[in-house]
Amino acid sequence: MINLQQFFRELKKERTRILLTILAIVWGTASVVIMLAIGEGVTRGLQRGMHGMGKGIVVVWSGETSKPFKGLGIGRRIHLREEDARMLQEQIPGIGLMSPEYIRWGAYFTWNDHSMSTRATGVYPAYGQLRNIYPQKGGRFLNKLDLKSRRRVVFLGNEVKERLFGDKEAVGETVYLNRVPFTVIGVLKKKLQTSCYSGMDQDATFIPASTFRVMFGHRHLNDIVYSPRDISRAKQVKEQVYQVMGKKYKFDPKDKDTLRMWDTIEMQEGFGKVSTGVRIFLGIIGGLTLIVAGVGLANIMYAVIRNRTREIGIKIAVGAKRRNIITEYILQSLLTVSAGGAIGLGFSWSLVKVINIIPLKQEAFQYLGRPVMSVTTALITAGVLGLVGFLAGIFPARRAASVNPVDALRCE
Amino acid sequence: MIKLTGVKKIYQMGKIDVAAIRGIDLKVENNEYLSVLGPSGSGKSTLMHIIGCLDTPTEGEYRLEGRDVSGLSSNQLAEIRNKKVGFVFQSFNLLPYATALENVELPMIYKGGSARQRRKRAGELLAKVGLGDRARHRPTELSGGERQRVAIARALANSPSIVLADEPTGNLDSTSGKEVIQVFDELWQQGCIVIIVTHDSEIADRTPRIVKLLDGRVVDDMQR
Ligand SMILES: Nc1ncnc2c1ncn2[C@@H]1O[C@H](COP(=O)(O)OP(=O)(O)OP(=O)(O)O)[C@@H](O)[C@H]1O
Ligand SMILES: [Mg+2]
Repeated sequence: MINLQQFFRELKKERTRILLTILAIVWGTASVVIMLAIGEGVTRGLQRGMHGMGKGIVVVWSGETSKPFKGLGIGRRIHLREEDARMLQEQIPGIGLMSPEYIRWGAYFTWNDHSMSTRATGVYPAYGQLRNIYPQKGGRFLNKLDLKSRRRVVFLGNEVKERLFGDKEAVGETVYLNRVPFTVIGVLKKKLQTSCYSGMDQDATFIPASTFRVMFGHRHLNDIVYSPRDISRAKQVKEQVYQVMGKKYKFDPKDKDTLRMWDTIEMQEGFGKVSTGVRIFLGIIGGLTLIVAGVGLANIMYAVIRNRTREIGIKIAVGAKRRNIITEYILQSLLTVSAGGAIGLGFSWSLVKVINIIPLKQEAFQYLGRPVMSVTTALITAGVLGLVGFLAGIFPARRAASVNPVDALRCE
Repeated sequence: MIKLTGVKKIYQMGKIDVAAIRGIDLKVENNEYLSVLGPSGSGKSTLMHIIGCLDTPTEGEYRLEGRDVSGLSSNQLAEIRNKKVGFVFQSFNLLPYATALENVELPMIYKGGSARQRRKRAGELLAKVGLGDRARHRPTELSGGERQRVAIARALANSPSIVLADEPTGNLDSTSGKEVIQVFDELWQQGCIVIIVTHDSEIADRTPRIVKLLDGRVVDDMQR
């Protein structure tokens, strides 16, 4: 097609100008893509950290009544018991996974001549899944049988294991918890955890709730952890928890001080909104860069057309229609943009690759995550580029199409 | 057939109106061969532009093959320029970066059709004007006479029925001028309307009809 040949010829003539525009578009594209990639990386990193404590879970603690109810005064303490946890699960079908959580601070662990004191947690097997606690290779988390048979088995946080065993294998070994022998069944796989209650999982130990009760004789739970079956119904499930508990302990279900709750779902929704906001913000900044590049391109197109008036006049004189001329210059604009966009995308892609190859062990990178180049980002950028190219082309092209051939051919 | 009645062309230069053509009546039957003579500024080019649909009259009526041109859309005018009229300019007006072949192809691109046929016909036309061996040359690599013959080949690309030439030999020496004029003679013999603007009375003498312009009016119309 002669259009393309002409484009490359004109490109040669306008070399500096067109190269500069391409450069501007490369820069615009790269800044959009890299910013979005970094934003995506940070979002994913933070999300992963948040999920370190568990994804879509609600933690319930005991509280005090703050409203009088049926003749009962305020300031009544509402304690949580293991039966309550089971009752909640039985009566509220919206609850998916659930585990009560007993905590004993300063439990004393020894192995050979190593010892340390840390917290012991008594939980149900579902706790592992709820809180994203996964075992390292060769180990496992607590199971139903452990719970049912009150086995003396313990799952260690990776820091605890480190302190007691160092590099040595821990699974299968016997540790003493307050002088009672426990078999180590698993060690926590190292994870990124950016939020917690009662300390990080890496410093904790987990034993079956049944074993815990026998050993320590706690009557009250520290908390109950559950996840709603359906995240969209999380609010209703929370209400039901107040109702069921209120019925048993005789408090007003509207009295939210009776039970304190930490709803990570709400937190994540909030975070999702913030990160969308950040992405939109970065996108707008990048988009503005592209628009500036587009304005530059439009300017150059105007200049090209001014220099090509005579040739445009010739084309019109031999029968080019408006749309022939318009298509030609839009095509030229789109080609320039595509060249810049392709280079920009390629450049950003390689940069992201390189950043990801560099071995960065620092904490900062774990929290910030690594830049992620998503297909969506690339597609959106390509779309915006197309639009910029089209808009930068259409106005100069329309001017070109309205060149008067007689005037254009007169000027020598 | 070309028919102009009371055609005026007035250019506005700021507040002053410049009348390039002040009322021309002209009728050209099919297969006429005529030259237009007149001093500089008498409106010859303007008249040719109007006949070639490069420009439209300010006043008056121009009928091309019976159709009033003033009622046509810009696309329809483009089609007339593309298919019915072949225009040859004094200053050649070739695309500088394109080869002779590509220049001849240009009107055929806007007409549509296959690239192979286009190339074939462009080659044939160049051969016809004696430039078969110059197809790959760019205008700067050609002499003035050769350039004008490329321009003629381009004007003939879509087999027009009207060939308009505005001082086609103005930039040529007499030998290459004669070669160019011979091509017009042939076109006339093939049945085209051929109109040549010229200052050269030798050329004018070859044509059966001579129209003389002065100050935007026809002052003489000789038929031999
Ligand atoms: N676009 C324009 N704007 C203003 N005046 C114009 C324009 N085109 C032509 N004219 C004027 O109209 C008159 C006729 O011009 P035209 O080019 O038709 O003359 P011409 O007979 O072709 O002259 P020449 O032999 O020098 O080519 C001239 O006086 C010219 O100055
Ligand atoms: Mg003239």
